[in-house]
Amino acid sequence: MIAGAMFYVFALVLIASAVAVVSVRQPVNAVLFLILCFFNAAGLFLLLGAEFLAFILLIVYVGAVAVLFLFVVMMLDVQGDAPRPPLKRFLPMSLGVGAVLLVQVVVMAVFWPQAQAVISVATDIENTKALGRVLYTDFIYPFQVSGLVLLTAMIGAIALTQRGSRGTKRQNVQAQLDRRAEDVVSLHHVESGKGIL
Amino acid sequence: MMGNLFTIGLGHYLALAGMLFVVGLMGVVMNRRNVIVWLMSIELMLLAATLNLVAFSHFGGGIAGQAFAMIVLTVAAAESAIGLAILVVAFRQRGEIAVSGLSDLKG
Repeated sequence: MIAGAMFYVFALVLIASAVAVVSVRQPVNAVLFLILCFFNAAGLFLLLGAEFLAFILLIVYVGAVAVLFLFVVMMLDVQGDAPRPPLKRFLPMSLGVGAVLLVQVVVMAVFWPQAQAVISVATDIENTKALGRVLYTDFIYPFQVSGLVLLTAMIGAIALTQRGSRGTKRQNVQAQLDRRAEDVVSLHHVESGKGIL
Repeated sequence: MMGNLFTIGLGHYLALAGMLFVVGLMGVVMNRRNVIVWLMSIELMLLAATLNLVAFSHFGGGIAGQAFAMIVLTVAAAESAIGLAILVVAFRQRGEIAVSGLSDLKG
């Protein structure tokens, strides 16, 4: 009963915030709704007994990916030449998203004893341990491939966005190869007893 | 009826994931303003796929679903990193990220 009600709450907020992500005008608000989306998906994962994935979703997505999105949205002036909206236009939306998150966290905290009974533990070992057991044995190849995917993404992102910075001395191989001794070295006969100058 | 309504089965989760996927797809199809919303819609679709995997894992599929859900999350994170990097480069070159502006390859 409680599990069913919680499913409907999470599902409703999830769909509503997903619709908001694709329909609000300001990209900043869309990112905020995306965070709300991930939060509710984490709640659904908890209901499904996948607590490790739920917290990974919170840490990786809300902590890293959403912040990356926010960073890019704020770094790029996506409004173009339109007048920049004042802060108070973002404030109601931000406060709304924050309030829904806060209510959900408080409800979760208050009903945590019942919720623990609701969250089904399928086996006798805990979720993280079970996941770790199969991830490093049965699924070692997909796991390593995902590591390669992350490495590729890291190299790609750095290579795409890196600009040569000013003021650093770099080795110019072509200039070194083009340099000939006869161009740059000259032989002077220096008489004894006199300096060069 | 009430008991039936509040007994959550696999079908509930599949329906929810389907709705989420369609919302993300609509976000890709209908959005003409900027590419960031595209990336966020793709994230929504990947989240729907992850939800399906975890739901199947819970309702009798074993732990494999969760392992692959983790891999899907990895791929989604990599995709958003690359996508945002491309976005930054595109913005640097053209000064805008409107979807309609990105048609150089059309010929």
